[in-house]
Amino acid sequence: MNRALLVGAAGAALLLNLTGCFTERQNEGAQLYATHCASCHGDQGQGLQRLIPPVAGVDFMAQRRADLPCIIRKGLKGPLVVNGISYNQVMPGHEDLTDSQITNLLNFLHTNWGNQNQPYTIREASELLGRCNGSDGQ
Amino acid sequence: MNTFLSRARRTVALAALLALGGLLPLACTSNPNEEPERLSVYGLKHAAPTSPSDTLPDPIPNFRLINQMGQPVTNQTFAGKVYVADFFFTSCPSICPKMQSEMLRVYKAFEGNPNVLFLSHTIDPNHDSIPVLRDYAERLGIKDASRWHFARTQQDTVFKLASAYVSGAQIDKKAAGGFSHDGAFVLVDSQRRIRGVYDGMVKEQVDRLIAELPVLLKEEQLDKPVAAQ
Repeated sequence: MNRALLVGAAGAALLLNLTGCFTERQNEGAQLYATHCASCHGDQGQGLQRLIPPVAGVDFMAQRRADLPCIIRKGLKGPLVVNGISYNQVMPGHEDLTDSQITNLLNFLHTNWGNQNQPYTIREASELLGRCNGSDGQ
Repeated sequence: MNTFLSRARRTVALAALLALGGLLPLACTSNPNEEPERLSVYGLKHAAPTSPSDTLPDPIPNFRLINQMGQPVTNQTFAGKVYVADFFFTSCPSICPKMQSEMLRVYKAFEGNPNVLFLSHTIDPNHDSIPVLRDYAERLGIKDASRWHFARTQQDTVFKLASAYVSGAQIDKKAAGGFSHDGAFVLVDSQRRIRGVYDGMVKEQVDRLIAELPVLLKEEQLDKPVAAQ
């Protein structure tokens, strides 16, 4: 009985520790968004009129899921359509982010603000980044 | 006797109170000679003072720009009005979208007031042609070019103009987009004087601009020259 309690307590403590680790990483996506994206795409992902497309509740995130890591890495130029509205601004690339940071940033967007898309594993994101020679393997 | 005195006293006290009460409404209304609230005058003074009392900073110099509709924009465009100026460029990837979305908030707050105008100068006139500026304005939702001018001139002219508005703008190959500039919103009165400088990247400062604009508009109304008697 006593042993069972002890094991239970140890298990609970371990679980708490683990969630502690994950929570840190989960926030990284939101923090990276605030630092690198919010100035243009808005603090709630709302975009700016017909100048900057939103990233909240957009079909683009699902349609271009495989292209998104390279779009973050290399930027984007030329016209594009998001939720039926055409935009034509230059988006700068982000050579300063690691593969895992790009993964966390995109997973934050894939699972928030009305987007419900499959998140990437870091390995998957690195593979997708390989398509544009954009993987730093980190 | 005692009762009489105390009654008399009470009557006097009551009369005094009533008299005071009669004065109260006067005390509540503001003294007409009292100075109304005014915004400070900002800027730099380069010109030598012409008299000991001449301490005001230099006014905004003469300028001649072209707006998104190809129309000239000069100091005369803003005669008898107040305006908010900033410096940006349409391909700016860093602070401009945030700045212009904050400027849009100020624009929306005063959309119904034709005495408040807006002037965004491009600091990248080589890229920002008139059609590029027009497309930018339309995408931002600004249909009335006479309320919010997106204007261009020669590059060295716009840099000089930026310093007259106490705003920083310069070519910087290291900065994102090739230019470095601050996100200042500058409030200018009908006498070409700077009456407020606000950081367009900080919501609280933009809120202050929205709160202070009516103070300036009130002053402009009071200072309007009255017909000679």
